[in-house]
Amino acid sequence: MSDALRPTGSSPTSETSSRAILAPGYSFTSVTDKIASIALSRRTPWQWFLGALTGFALTMVLLASLSYLFVKGVGIWGVNQPVGWGFAILNFVWWIGIGHAGTLISAILLLLRQPWRNSINRFAEAMTIFAVACAGIYPLIHVGRPWLAYWLIPYPNSMSVWPNFRSPLIWDVFAVSTYATVSLLFWYVGMIPDLATLRDRAKKLWAKMLYGMLAMGWRGSARHWARYEQASLLLAGLATPLVVSVHTVVSFDFAAGIVPGWHATIFPPYFVAGAIYAGFAMVLTLAIPLRKLYGLEDFITVRHLENMAKILLATGLIVGYGYLMEAFMAFYSGNVYERYAIANRMVGPYRTIYWSLIFCNIISPQILWFRKARRSVPILFVMAMIVNVGMWLERFVIVVVSLHRDFLPSSWGMYRPTAWDWSTFAGTIGLFLALMFLFIRLLPMISIFEMRQILPAAKAAEGE
Amino acid sequence: MKPVGLYGLMAEFENPGDLVAAARGARGAGYVKLDAYTPYPIEALTEALDIHDRKLPALVLGGGILGGLLGYALCYWTSVISYPLSIGGKPFHSAPAFIVPTFETTILVAAFAAVLGMLGLNGLPMPYHPVFNTPRFALASRDRFFLCIEARDPKFDREKTRAFLEGLRPSIVMDVEP
Repeated sequence: MSDALRPTGSSPTSETSSRAILAPGYSFTSVTDKIASIALSRRTPWQWFLGALTGFALTMVLLASLSYLFVKGVGIWGVNQPVGWGFAILNFVWWIGIGHAGTLISAILLLLRQPWRNSINRFAEAMTIFAVACAGIYPLIHVGRPWLAYWLIPYPNSMSVWPNFRSPLIWDVFAVSTYATVSLLFWYVGMIPDLATLRDRAKKLWAKMLYGMLAMGWRGSARHWARYEQASLLLAGLATPLVVSVHTVVSFDFAAGIVPGWHATIFPPYFVAGAIYAGFAMVLTLAIPLRKLYGLEDFITVRHLENMAKILLATGLIVGYGYLMEAFMAFYSGNVYERYAIANRMVGPYRTIYWSLIFCNIISPQILWFRKARRSVPILFVMAMIVNVGMWLERFVIVVVSLHRDFLPSSWGMYRPTAWDWSTFAGTIGLFLALMFLFIRLLPMISIFEMRQILPAAKAAEGE
Repeated sequence: MKPVGLYGLMAEFENPGDLVAAARGARGAGYVKLDAYTPYPIEALTEALDIHDRKLPALVLGGGILGGLLGYALCYWTSVISYPLSIGGKPFHSAPAFIVPTFETTILVAAFAAVLGMLGLNGLPMPYHPVFNTPRFALASRDRFFLCIEARDPKFDREKTRAFLEGLRPSIVMDVEP
């Protein structure tokens, strides 16, 4: 970091005010230049190349896996009877869950007037969009004939048929596509003023033109800002019920089926809490290396990490309640199949996965009760990784372990993912990483104008 | 007399507080065609410039209602009129099931109304605008605060307005070429 970008009068890593959401000593100028320089002028760190290269290499693995899938069909996967929903649905749910934190941070925390969100909302929204993009691949490729995936969409056709609107699967098409579209709109609108900053700060002609076109001639007029703020609040108000609806609808895919272990009314809230849990774990997974790599500890402070750790703990407890109630209701129902489904999770052939899930999602996050753990960056990073894995295991338990033994013992079976299942999964992680690395290199990864709003000079002008 | 070949006069301020005070001063002096340019939204400025615009919320409400009606109509028309299918003995008109797509289309159209409405009412995208001709205006997206009194203001007079703006203690007053 060049000296010009350091805040005056304090060392850049001073932790003097550990409750602060922004290190002291910053001005409109230094905040702007520090964030804009990441996209415009700073030398790209070698770790970026390493990460982006890994992402692109794995994206190639995804393309290869998909090509082979299109040639051979879904038989290359481990899906069978009775487990017709293997990795495709498991990973779809996992990715879409991760994609919940961004909109939650941008919308719900905006409505709740939590200014600490201002430094993490931008890349969390980007993460949301890329996670939803990865999620969106799975339903399309698991339909068997992916070239006909557009049949999911209601459109007038020569066959004179329409989708069945009483099916949760068509609800999912509406929920996920609306969520992807609205998240993209929200992300882009949030970026317009910052794109104007990049346009005005760029030195290279192509950068001026690119950012100039994307900024659409934004000039920071007070009249524009007034409408812009209205639009942001309205979008936040619209996105808040939307974000809750998405995982609710995803849970309907399961809960509306009569499979033991799926047919439960607790699914919607428990899925939504799980989605927020997984999403915040992924935000931490990304924020911790990013702040280190780009020296952003002044903007993404320990306070931010601690707040996210608290959300992680709270949603983790809700998820734990969900597991508990699922088990309790199965026994309380007196239904032999429901009871068996839960017992099968705990002591059946996939018991290792169930107990690993309990360890990852319920037991290990309890360490976050301790302030020391919440403020320790290494512990938080490990914790976030554990939750990422735990939420994946949860979806394995829900999708695979429920399906593999249903009502009739004669139709029981086992599911084992194949190498193609794993390569497709690794490939979507690669796509996610590649998009994320492109984003942090080319676009402002922290919202510059919202950082200006939390500066002391800005608060003084509002008479606060 | 209105000078030909001038969009307005632009005063630059070092900090937001001075700009808000200047905007109040200019409104107080009777100027009406004026705008401020800032690197971030300032609520006090919206009040100072007396900006009241309630078109956007109305547009979004309209968009939401339209989206909801379209969504429900789609479900109803396809499931009851165009392609009635008896599945599990459920009624063709299954209102509870139609709520989910209806909800999603409500949000979708309302969100588009919010975004396109905001851009449209703001006149964006606008590739050219006179204020960009002002030297130093690039700082409006970084750390400086600008107040522009436009030449179409009935009270505008090149010399008097310039003197007035200079009295508001800006760091500089600049001509804005059209």
